[in-house]
Amino acid sequence: MSLGYPVFLVALAVCGVGGFLCLCLGRRGVAHGLGAATAVLASGMALVSGLDGMIHSAWSLSWAWPVPMGAFQLAMDPLSGFFVAVIAVVSLVASVYGYGYLKHDAKRKNLGLSWFWFNGLLVSMWLVVTASNAVLFLVAWECMSLTSFFLVIYEHERQEVVEAGWTYLVATHLGTACLLAMFVLLSGTQGSLDFESMAAATPTIAGWAFVLALVGFGTKAGLMPMHVWLPLAHPAAPSHVSAVMSGVMIKTGIYGLLRVLTLLGAPAVWWGWTLIAVGVISGILGVLLAMVQHDLKRLLAYHSVENIGIITLGLGLGVLGIGTGHLSWAILGFAGGLLHVFNHAIFKSLLFLGAGSIQHATGTLEIDRLGGLLKRMPVTGTTFLVGSAAIAGLPPLNGFVSEFLIYMGALSALVTSSGIHTAWAGVLIAGGLALIGGLAAACFAKAFSVIFLGEPRVTASSVHESPRSMTWPLAMLAAVCIAVGLLGPFVVQGIKPVMATLLAGQIDPVALDGTALPVRSLAWISLAAVGLLGLVGLLAGIRQRLLSQRTVRQAPTWDCGFTAPNARMQYTASSFVWPVVAWFHAFFRPQRHGCDPEGLFPIQASLHTDIKDCFLERGYRPLFALVARLAGMLRCIQQGRNQLYVLYIAITILVLFIWKMR
Amino acid sequence: MYYVTGLSHVFLAMTLSPLLLGIINRVKARFAGRRGQPLCQLYYDLFKLLRKGAVYSRTTTWVFRIGPMGTLAAVVMALLFVPLTGFGACVSFSGDLLLMAYLLGVGRFLTVLAAMDTGSAFEGLGASREVFFSALTEPSLILALAALCKLTGQLSLEGMYGTLAMAGTAPMVLPLVSAVMMIVLLAENARMPVDDPNTHLELTMIHEVMVLDHSGPDLAMIQYGAAIKLWIFSALLVGVLIPIRTGMVVVDGLIGLVGIGVIAVVVGIMESTMARLRLLHVPQLLSIGLVLSLVSLILVMR
Repeated sequence: MSLGYPVFLVALAVCGVGGFLCLCLGRRGVAHGLGAATAVLASGMALVSGLDGMIHSAWSLSWAWPVPMGAFQLAMDPLSGFFVAVIAVVSLVASVYGYGYLKHDAKRKNLGLSWFWFNGLLVSMWLVVTASNAVLFLVAWECMSLTSFFLVIYEHERQEVVEAGWTYLVATHLGTACLLAMFVLLSGTQGSLDFESMAAATPTIAGWAFVLALVGFGTKAGLMPMHVWLPLAHPAAPSHVSAVMSGVMIKTGIYGLLRVLTLLGAPAVWWGWTLIAVGVISGILGVLLAMVQHDLKRLLAYHSVENIGIITLGLGLGVLGIGTGHLSWAILGFAGGLLHVFNHAIFKSLLFLGAGSIQHATGTLEIDRLGGLLKRMPVTGTTFLVGSAAIAGLPPLNGFVSEFLIYMGALSALVTSSGIHTAWAGVLIAGGLALIGGLAAACFAKAFSVIFLGEPRVTASSVHESPRSMTWPLAMLAAVCIAVGLLGPFVVQGIKPVMATLLAGQIDPVALDGTALPVRSLAWISLAAVGLLGLVGLLAGIRQRLLSQRTVRQAPTWDCGFTAPNARMQYTASSFVWPVVAWFHAFFRPQRHGCDPEGLFPIQASLHTDIKDCFLERGYRPLFALVARLAGMLRCIQQGRNQLYVLYIAITILVLFIWKMR
Repeated sequence: MYYVTGLSHVFLAMTLSPLLLGIINRVKARFAGRRGQPLCQLYYDLFKLLRKGAVYSRTTTWVFRIGPMGTLAAVVMALLFVPLTGFGACVSFSGDLLLMAYLLGVGRFLTVLAAMDTGSAFEGLGASREVFFSALTEPSLILALAALCKLTGQLSLEGMYGTLAMAGTAPMVLPLVSAVMMIVLLAENARMPVDDPNTHLELTMIHEVMVLDHSGPDLAMIQYGAAIKLWIFSALLVGVLIPIRTGMVVVDGLIGLVGIGVIAVVVGIMESTMARLRLLHVPQLLSIGLVLSLVSLILVMR
């Protein structure tokens, strides 16, 4: 049975009305609860509606509105339904978490306002992924950018937060400008901007539209080299907002790219190659930059760049497959990319919320000042470990399932493709994923172990586990990570309708049920995951029996005979990744400050290392400095004298007259 | 028949793998002019450790306790997908090479976490190197196996290794892939010239240093897991070096087992005749592995 559009519209209405009520209530205490409750309720309904649209039926509705170029059109198809559901899952959990997270800010901040922007962000995201008219899409897109901007500058008293907000605002508007140009290129012959009447007139126009879509949507998604706003904005925002932004908001860029690909018709081969190249660059450089961050949320933000790279690799493989007529691995690429959209939403929001709990408990996110938190915060620590292993792509968790699909696509491309260049695409993707996987495992081994294991580096006796409203969301997300890892074959069945939408016109939906998806392999992976857990249990039982009759002692860590080790002697996160920094020296260009120890009895020594994002430092900063300098040259015409401005106006009118008289 | 040979390979690997370390140590002793420890020394060590109690650092948490169990479990699970000449893999499906590689990754991840859990700078040092070197070996392994995929048209380890003998079109591929596998074997098992497994202290800077604080049954699990891991990589290497299959199970099986023994001898000879590389040069060796795997792919696709 299909639910149709009422549920979805009610969800939007609940969320929107709740937001406005919060705005009116402002600082009153009830606003906080009301905002969270309406967000949770709306997320629940949107989840149902999205799943319904994904599995059962598509709907569309169209209202005339005074805006030119088309009607107010919403449409739900499996692709939209998938994204609505993914957004809903993360927003559901993030709202519950936000309730606990913001509670202690009630005296200091206008929480009603904050929930207004939050609910507005949710509504605009759901509108973005269901709009089927370009004007409505762009309006929703702009609302999404603005609401998230206001959420980012929640801590607007701090200078760096405002700066991060401005960077985000500039970046997102540059992206939107590209999208505007793209939609104009694609507008139908009658000037309508409804999606169904859009088409590219010629392959050249389609190519330009693809490039504009890649830049525009890639800016939102955080693809390199358009990613620079992301590591600034995500650490600045409150954690439940970072979870929504990093988990799902940047995925609207992926949605937009997919939607435009369905509008553009048969893809060209070079589109696939471009996506693969951008994906490999984002993946490898993203994880490398993530490794060297000192701030946990910034580290996670760079990992978003990496994971968007992995998703783009999958999509690139799919596009390349369609372009060269190899549907068997195109399906694998798309399936892996889509599933990774979901998986990344889950584990990245888990990690961001975990980071929020750490900040809540300790007051800092600087990795090298933390340590030993697992004993104080068992639930946060354990769920963070699950998230870390999942993002590193390790079985038996969800990250492995989606990466496995992309790997399989790459290996199939290598083995079955007739042309040599498609085979090399497979090599590039498989090798890239292997390197990304190894480095991501290294990075999260570092992040988890330095923060949660060992001894506390800075003693803070007040560290405690977070309240239940903040631990339950983490546990739920960790459970989803494990469940998807164990139930891979079923999950892949679930995204089949989405694949059918994406490949509409390319493939018979019935063929998807055939052998295209490696369901048998996924079933074996699930079995192996269960076997792994069972074997660990068995070994634990054996160990328990062996040790039950024996003496088990506690002692200090054996530090090779050194008798007085202290917490500050532990290996730091910076030291942990130094071999990587040294090996990729040319890329990182690390800067070292401080003074070396001198003499036989050194009194003081200090060392500070700093690694800047080379795209920002060597790309954007010089570029924007140049723009500012050129703009400064125009300053000479701005004298502040009215007579001069009247003269300008007169000259302009004269020039226009002459031009018209010609 | 398929499951019988597969299960017997798992059984043989689980019983015979500690012998590999004995062979390596015996070869090294002979080179040094000593008589050397008994071939079965590791078995004695394992049984002794299993009969002992344990000491845990006060700093550690449950992560430290689950590390050895998880590592051993992951390595044993990985063993299920590995074929040896004459023995099929116990379980085989399309793409199992990825699961095998990632299961070994799980084991490594847990070992590293357990090492970091002690709060010892020394173990942190080892962990840091382990993750970096393994991040560099992972692409070599995957791409070398990808070259075999392309050569045979198969996507499972069993399928690849079973049909290697028939797919003899590109002559230089198998030697190149063998070289890559050898480098991966040395790096992943922390043997010379990547790491010196002889001592527990300054010379051994990667694997052994990470397990300094484990004791009793935990240490036994770690050493046993390391032996099985050596067996896995040796089996993968033997399959590429000797792709012949006579069709007679007993003969093929003997070839496989002897091959594994020979690899242990070769590792022993290398350890006796080479010095450990400076740590700064290890990434260069691993990059050579990556380049060789790319060259083998070029040759396959020519």
